Amino acid sequence: MSIANTFYNVFVKRNSVYVTTIFAGAFAFGVGFDLGVTSFWDRWNQGKQWKDIRHKYVEAESD
Amino acid sequence: MLSRLPQGALKNAARNVNASRSAVRARFASTTSGSSSAFQTFLNSRAALASATLATVGSVAWYAHLYGSLPFFPEVHANSPAEEGLHPPQYPWSHKGLLDSFDHASIRRGYQVYREVCAACHSLDRIAWRNLVGVSHTADEVKVMAEEVEYEDGPNDQGEMFQRPGKLSDYMPPPYPNEEAARSSNGGALPPDLSLIVKARHGGPDYIFALLTGYTEPPAGFEIRDGMNYNAYFPGNAISMARVLFDGLVEYEDGTSATTSQMAKDVVTFLNWAAEPEHDERKKAGLKAVILFSALTAISLYVKRYKWSYIKSRKIRKCCLVD
Repeated sequence: MSIANTFYNVFVKRNSVYVTTIFAGAFAFGVGFDLGVTSFWDRWNQGKQWKDIRHKYVEAESD
Repeated sequence: MLSRLPQGALKNAARNVNASRSAVRARFASTTSGSSSAFQTFLNSRAALASATLATVGSVAWYAHLYGSLPFFPEVHANSPAEEGLHPPQYPWSHKGLLDSFDHASIRRGYQVYREVCAACHSLDRIAWRNLVGVSHTADEVKVMAEEVEYEDGPNDQGEMFQRPGKLSDYMPPPYPNEEAARSSNGGALPPDLSLIVKARHGGPDYIFALLTGYTEPPAGFEIRDGMNYNAYFPGNAISMARVLFDGLVEYEDGTSATTSQMAKDVVTFLNWAAEPEHDERKKAGLKAVILFSALTAISLYVKRYKWSYIKSRKIRKCCLVD
């Protein structure tokens, strides 16, 4: 049985499974995409954001 | 292609050729007349006239826009271009690029410059203490800074207003109680509120930086009134604000040497943040949008080609033309 057929039988045949797959997939993609973009953003702007310099001032507070 | 013409078209064309006189046949025999007459027809057409006019007007307008004067008409001015305010140079801001966030260490230093220097005259009334939390200071630091300022609150249960130390939710204290007080303390000139000043001035951060560092002696022949100062970047060149940033004016806590340009850069970064606090999130969301929308565009182009491939590649058999 080809992959397409397996895919169809597992995910598409029952509408309840199909809709659930779409919703779960959208949620997982949203989280993953956000994580990916954020990690790129943090690497691109390394050392410039507040979270990169925050430790200096939080330690100063606890002294 | 010919099959799509109406059926009689070819016959009519043939009849016209046969009916034409011998003079026309003689012109067909010539080697160049056909193409040159087509070229002549194009030259005499309205489209050629319109496009030539459009090209001329467009290039003159473009030149005038670029250089501010018409080509081949030299002008002599009694004033210098500086009198309307020089255009500021473009500076390499740390947040200039499409994907660059603010340099938050610079925002923190810029707040210090604002507080110690600018706040003597300029208000910042759209920024609250809480806005600094998580941007340039920790919550504890900002609470301490806010408590140093007394705010009027009330009424209490006797119906009287009272003074209390500031809270995170209070806005930055103004240097003057009202506009009249600000004007009378500054020789009639109102120091503008700085909350949105970067957005409110042509040239944005470049202009503010150039203005702060651009004080010079007035050139020979430039009359400047008492209490005014010469600045080539200010429209009109006479500005009420004197030069305020001098080397070593503030002492940065992170050890950065406080030169004039360093302080100007930091305070402009701070003011740019004050004008656009959403800046970092906006650029990040823009990056996401560009990725998603370009992926969707690519998908829709592929689907279009896929659906149309059947229509584009079909062949029509010409089986049934009568005659």
